[in-house]
Amino acid sequence: MSRHQETATPVPRRLRCAIYTRKSSEEGLDMEFNSLDAQRESCEAYVASQRSEGFAAIRERYDDGGHSGGTLERPALQQLLADIRDGHIDTDPAYVVFTSGSTGVPKGVVACHRSVLDYIETFSEVLRLDASTVFGMQVPLYFDACLKEVYPTLKFGATTYIIPKSLFMFPVKLVAFLNDHQVNTLCWVVSALTMISAFGTLDTVVPHTLRLIAFGSEVMPIKQLKCWRKALPEARFVNLYGPTEATGMSCYYEVDRDFADDEPIPIGRPFRNTAILLLGPDNRPARPGETGEICIRGTALTMGYYKAFEKTAEVFVQNPLNKAYPELIYRTGDLARLNGRGELVFVSRKDYQIKHMGHRIELGEIEAGANALDAVRMAGCIYDAQESKIVLFYVGDLEPGALLTALRDRLPRYMLPNQTERLDQLPLTSNAKIDRVALTLLHEQMKKEKQHG
Amino acid sequence: MDELIGILEGLHPDVDFEHTAGLIDDGILDSFDIISLVAEIDNVFDVQIPASEIVPENFNSAQAQHDLVERLSDS
Repeated sequence: MSRHQETATPVPRRLRCAIYTRKSSEEGLDMEFNSLDAQRESCEAYVASQRSEGFAAIRERYDDGGHSGGTLERPALQQLLADIRDGHIDTDPAYVVFTSGSTGVPKGVVACHRSVLDYIETFSEVLRLDASTVFGMQVPLYFDACLKEVYPTLKFGATTYIIPKSLFMFPVKLVAFLNDHQVNTLCWVVSALTMISAFGTLDTVVPHTLRLIAFGSEVMPIKQLKCWRKALPEARFVNLYGPTEATGMSCYYEVDRDFADDEPIPIGRPFRNTAILLLGPDNRPARPGETGEICIRGTALTMGYYKAFEKTAEVFVQNPLNKAYPELIYRTGDLARLNGRGELVFVSRKDYQIKHMGHRIELGEIEAGANALDAVRMAGCIYDAQESKIVLFYVGDLEPGALLTALRDRLPRYMLPNQTERLDQLPLTSNAKIDRVALTLLHEQMKKEKQHG
Repeated sequence: MDELIGILEGLHPDVDFEHTAGLIDDGILDSFDIISLVAEIDNVFDVQIPASEIVPENFNSAQAQHDLVERLSDS
């Protein structure tokens, strides 16, 4: 995660700090150490030490002398929580999560409590999560995808095992981890699941305690889905789709039939209390079978981008079908169509945003990273979805290896190109923009040449 | 061996793979690298590494990876 630069004049802020003290027994409350007074004194000293940050202790006392920490039924604690809640509204932000931006500056998506509550409610309903759910958590905690495990676990008193990242290199060990902990629920990015199935792991070891496998962030290759369903015929498989800007997942499809290898798996239908509009180029609803942009309506919409009103206004827009009163929709930039069964099917992006190893990436941000280097004169990036490869073409005075090394300091790991090619010049469109179509053709040609040695 | 070193250098140009052990233990290679590596080894050497062989010991050094490829292509 990164932070936007502060504006020139920092807004003065005052952080009101409440001090809560507690001691299990009445005994010794009058002692000099560890009495409620002593606890308060040391807290006050800490708050005072943070005065430059705007910390200020409030006068109210929240003291629970003689109350065990084993229960939340403590009068002063309840009073404190009530006082905090008193000032809360559910449209206050719960978090800001930063995603890749096309200009090289990450965009901070501000999500409020109401959207998160709504999301977790409907998400849990569809997946039928409860106290018996045991998650094996793959996504890191800095990623909004972690809401899927974190909040249902708290809501139901379910269980989550955070899987060490290193296990995602070693499929057999990973499956052993799932079995050891009797994990029954996975909400993973597609690439993490295919890492297991593509290596034929499931022929040797089977994560037999799994009963629900939800996946998203990328299109699941049918071949891989077949491997999983064959290994776990009793388990439920759910395809999820949704942008960070609509809090998490917006649509789901529970696999209920077989697919041909070249058939796309649908993203299905929206969660309860979320609506999807498919809008054609003229802002009219797409007809069945016709491709349109996925636009999302409902409480799931986040507040917009942090300190970026213009960017927000570009994609959080008035519902063009509503001429009567203000109503926002979020334009995802994802194109989809309805199939014959009335299910939504993802078609493509309308811009240069890609999904790579579960991460949402703007190719423009990679180009911006390369262009920021003095020795690079021009850079153009494409994505080979078939091979899951980010390919960077550039014109400049440094070797591909040196370029990659320099990019390591500028870009997150998952955005580093998997292949870098130096050219004498880059193909341009008639508008003098880098011609990504020509680069894609060039890449295909290079692949063929390599194959034929 | 040179071809293998070439693949590794494509992933991490700044590492001296000929003389570095502990590629996994020291966190030089991560999961992205292992996935690319397994795919590239398949492309270049036409060797499919089965899941049971994708274990830390077989990837900890260029030599270990080389031995793995040799062993699998012989069998």
